[in-house]
Amino acid sequence: MKIIPVTLLLLLSPVLCAQDDLMDLLDSTAPPETSYSSATFKSTRVLNGHSIEHMPAGQLDVRISHRFGTINSGIYEYFGLDQSNVHFGLEYGITDWLMLGIGRGTYEKTYDGFAKFTILRQSSGAKTMPVSVSWLSGMAVTSLRWSDTARTNYFSSRLSYVHQIMIARKFSPSFSLQLSPTYIHRNLVATELDPNDLYALGAGGRMKLSKRISLNAEYYYLINPKSYMSRQVYDPLSIGFDIETGGHVFQLIFTNSVAMIEKGFIGETTGSWLKGDIHFGFNISRVFTLKK
Amino acid sequence: MKSIVSLTVFLFLFLTANGQKFMTRNGFIGFNSHTAMEDIKADNNQVASVIDITTGEIVFQALIKSFRFEKALMEEHFNENYMESEKFPKSTFKGKIQNLAAVDFSKSGKYDVVVEGDLTIHGVTNKVTVNGNIEVITGGLTANSKFNIVPEDYKIEIPGVVRDNIARNLEITITAKYAPVAN
Repeated sequence: MKIIPVTLLLLLSPVLCAQDDLMDLLDSTAPPETSYSSATFKSTRVLNGHSIEHMPAGQLDVRISHRFGTINSGIYEYFGLDQSNVHFGLEYGITDWLMLGIGRGTYEKTYDGFAKFTILRQSSGAKTMPVSVSWLSGMAVTSLRWSDTARTNYFSSRLSYVHQIMIARKFSPSFSLQLSPTYIHRNLVATELDPNDLYALGAGGRMKLSKRISLNAEYYYLINPKSYMSRQVYDPLSIGFDIETGGHVFQLIFTNSVAMIEKGFIGETTGSWLKGDIHFGFNISRVFTLKK
Repeated sequence: MKSIVSLTVFLFLFLTANGQKFMTRNGFIGFNSHTAMEDIKADNNQVASVIDITTGEIVFQALIKSFRFEKALMEEHFNENYMESEKFPKSTFKGKIQNLAAVDFSKSGKYDVVVEGDLTIHGVTNKVTVNGNIEVITGGLTANSKFNIVPEDYKIEIPGVVRDNIARNLEITITAKYAPVAN
């Protein structure tokens, strides 16, 4: 007669844990999923330089960026706010792996354009990829009047190029890091002391302070020896905040460079943090959905 | 003794034979937020669910990252700011059909049901009671339901600036077509 309690137990057990069984059934038969990291950075820029982020297909990013004069210029210049350098940009996601952008900036009256390719996306699950990788290629055309009209000036002398690989990892929902080896070629440089080819290694990161605010920092180390160049240049260092409000991202920035394109801020930053040549500035990004 | 054994065998057979489960991996959950400012809509077509028609138990599982929005930016905000999908990747429901006797699984037709259970969203579990229907069709079942949830009940924070753009009550629609699970 011992059989009865055993039987009862056997009969009841499936009923008792049936719900967990059902959940387990779903879990055990689940097809392998790949989860891709999103929002490694909030914006397509860390601060001055590009981040691995791109515009998704059909989305237009209208960007307006400002860098004011240096804070150490004193009350006469209202700590830099009397001077303003602007960069306008229109950037569009052609596909989910290609975005194109055009822009115009005050710095050397430059027109610029770029293409950014998403090569790898960080993921976990069925497909595991530890980092996200993007590639940026861009070109800039200065429209400054020639300083020396006596020589033959070629249009090609106005051009400069940038190529950059961005490797980023979102370590946690609130912390991301990026490394950006960069190559810049300038067709014409000021003197023969200045190299046409510049090599730099960029590093950028963000730390979320709240769901919608993050602290960002970005530094580019210029590998070319700086002491021989015709003017003193410094490595650009920027510190700022991303503030996100719905469709806008505001980036508030403190930086020693005034230019907002790679050719300018990586190779031609003449301000020094130690001397107080710090520019306050901001980037405003507003995203419009053109194609759903 | 003989009768006990046969009863046991009978009960055991009864339970396994009728412990019939129906499952889907491509159920639909959609939500709608309608306000004067903005309409927001998202669809998830990869919802997994099982119904055990003997016990009336029903479970759902939905990956938050599988919700698709019209605007990519909305999808990013949904995952990053509201649902925190890296911390809480799944929403689940574990419930039981309260009026199981009202459904005749052997006969095609639509039967209204009341389901009560635990709904977990954003790591917060609430008891909910939901009305819906089960339709018995040849070779399976479909389940449909429409109900409302309040984001604040699940500790989903909505900042003041956009509070008027997101409805106080989100309308959730569920449609799932089940096929029997081979035992």
